[in-house]
Amino acid sequence: MSHHAPVAKSHGGGKAAVGDVGRPPVAWAVPGILFFAVFAIVPLAIAVYLSFTSWDGLNSPTMTGLDNWTRLFQDSEFGQAAWLSLVLTVISWAFQTPVALLLGVWAAGRQKNRALLSAVFFIPLLLSTTAIAMLFHALLDPNFGVIKEIGPWIGVDPNVMGSSTGALLVVAFVGGWQFMPFHTLIYQGGARQIPEVLYQAASIDGAGMVRQFFHITLPQLRHTMTTSSVLMIVGSLTYFDTVLIMTKGGPGTDTTILPYLMYRTGFQTYDLGYAAAIATALVVVATAISLIMVRLSGFGNMRSTREGM
Amino acid sequence: MAMAGMLAGCGSGDSGSDGGTITAYVYGDDAVKVQQAAVDSFNKTSKVKVKLVSVPGTDYVNKLRSAMGSPNAPDVFFNWGGGSIKPYVDAGQLVDLTGTVKKDATLKEGFLPSIMEAGSLDGKIYGVPMRGMQPVMLFYNKALFEKHGVEAPKTWEDLQKAITTFKDAGITPFALGGSDKWPELMWMEYLLDRIGGPEVFRKIQNGDTEGWGDPAVLKTAQTVKELIDDGAFGKNFNSVDYGNGGAPTLLNKGKAAMHLMGSWEYSTQLGKAPEFAKKDLGWTAFPTVAGGTGDPANVVGNPTNYWSVNARSDHKEEAIEFLKTMASETYAKALVDNGDIPTTSNAASMLSSSPNPQFAQDQYSLVQKAPSFTLSWDQALEAQYATPLLTEISKLFAGKTTPEQFVEAMKAAK
Repeated sequence: MSHHAPVAKSHGGGKAAVGDVGRPPVAWAVPGILFFAVFAIVPLAIAVYLSFTSWDGLNSPTMTGLDNWTRLFQDSEFGQAAWLSLVLTVISWAFQTPVALLLGVWAAGRQKNRALLSAVFFIPLLLSTTAIAMLFHALLDPNFGVIKEIGPWIGVDPNVMGSSTGALLVVAFVGGWQFMPFHTLIYQGGARQIPEVLYQAASIDGAGMVRQFFHITLPQLRHTMTTSSVLMIVGSLTYFDTVLIMTKGGPGTDTTILPYLMYRTGFQTYDLGYAAAIATALVVVATAISLIMVRLSGFGNMRSTREGM
Repeated sequence: MAMAGMLAGCGSGDSGSDGGTITAYVYGDDAVKVQQAAVDSFNKTSKVKVKLVSVPGTDYVNKLRSAMGSPNAPDVFFNWGGGSIKPYVDAGQLVDLTGTVKKDATLKEGFLPSIMEAGSLDGKIYGVPMRGMQPVMLFYNKALFEKHGVEAPKTWEDLQKAITTFKDAGITPFALGGSDKWPELMWMEYLLDRIGGPEVFRKIQNGDTEGWGDPAVLKTAQTVKELIDDGAFGKNFNSVDYGNGGAPTLLNKGKAAMHLMGSWEYSTQLGKAPEFAKKDLGWTAFPTVAGGTGDPANVVGNPTNYWSVNARSDHKEEAIEFLKTMASETYAKALVDNGDIPTTSNAASMLSSSPNPQFAQDQYSLVQKAPSFTLSWDQALEAQYATPLLTEISKLFAGKTTPEQFVEAMKAAK
């Protein structure tokens, strides 16, 4: 649901610019808006409503006013979960972005075998998260998984899933492993849009590979990076399946990130009103981050980075 | 009331012309065939037909919950008794079967008393036993025990000696699937029962969260901490699971000497390592704990599963008739053939036809002789307490909290 947030945002405030020429009338958007309303806005409204109630899923919800919300701000478990979600998001971003960027730029080139290797690298994205989580869970079994053999070689304690930091890093790594190909694809697309002439000109001026990367590729990929980062951050904030399968929020509560806390509260303790408050808070945070990033990066102006446009 | 009547009216929309249908939800696993056979034979003579709906295990609790909150609720459903049915009892959705059971000799005499009691709530009976018993037992690797000259531990001292012996030999004394959390719960359940008796938890189960403040709970948590610090579970039990076979494999590969687990450990081992299960798998009761006031014959685990009847059902009487067939010899025999140990009082004579008569017999007499059978805490408590409990136990085992903090957290649980 929150994935739609950045998409649904209208472009930078009603300036009728050159860009509007030839755009279809609003009526064309009606089916899309209807679809979005039924599957995103209405459920969101229900969640907001439920966040002001106490509901066990059996009897009818009863209004409790701001109870859930005051509890939310005093709940140390919510605080910890929010912090863990933030840490996970930062780690995921810092780990995935550089790798996806470099791989994407490389994959946009015309080297031999590139297409084949790109295809192989893309495979993790095609697997289901459940399958990936179970695979890594088996690999990281401290007694029978490969981690027991290779762990000591690379300086990793085979009990990585049983330690607080270890478990969180594993969750971030598995998520990264799965979604990096997707971001690589975005960067590949972005890199292919960069006009060849820029590089030719730079070559003539005597700029080497590294300089070209930092002075042409990187600035030209600015908006691509915003897109990728927003998706990555919103994705990390709503990350769930891996935690459910691999760590169940443990050891203790050390990987109980917000979506898992919401699941536990809603579907294990059947405190659906409070779970709805957590969900609503999550939507607010994710939307705010998306908006801030879009604003800061100037992405909202929809200015082309391409020369002469 | 009018509302309830209307909803019930909707629920019976599928009534056939020849008397109607009773919908029964059952936990979908291998044992369903036993219930299906019972349904088929009941339907041969009854005007009202039972329709069995097998819900895949992982979805069972959630699906039941949604169904019970909707007009399409089942007439009869499988449950674990205790806290697993408390929300439905509180919402007035279950038929109180106390009177029925007391009046009916088949039901009253049909089941082991500890089992019937374990499924009741506030002294009222809401369920009729319908599957095998699942006591938690101490399983061990006989080959390792022989090699290191260790006997099956009867007392806490025996247990500690065994721990030292196996540690010295580089073997983890106990396999423990800490990543799944619930296997850790079993240690708490048995220790509290041995140290303070079943009354301590019964008080908590009946809604008194102050009961967590009982000194026996603290002693239990401290004993657990001692075991952990002593290395009884090894160093990496937090990343070992039960579900994917981590802990059972430790036992059958001889990397761990013992495993505290529900009686299903036997069939798990039979599936994973048949040779080991037949030759080297040993089992015994949980040892006595010095200074404890609990009867050492007490048992914890899942006494059995129960059928409960929806108060909104249009066919309550017929549903109860169906429930009575659970006490029949035919049904008990079918359970035995499936490898289960029925909780009926007549089961003892049938156990010789079980796939493993010795294991069946030992298990049956363990439960039959037990003065008390405490239902697993996570089933006995309502979800709103059970989930925080599992979280707090996981924190205690992971060394994130002290025994004192555990007690405080449980007392404060909402």
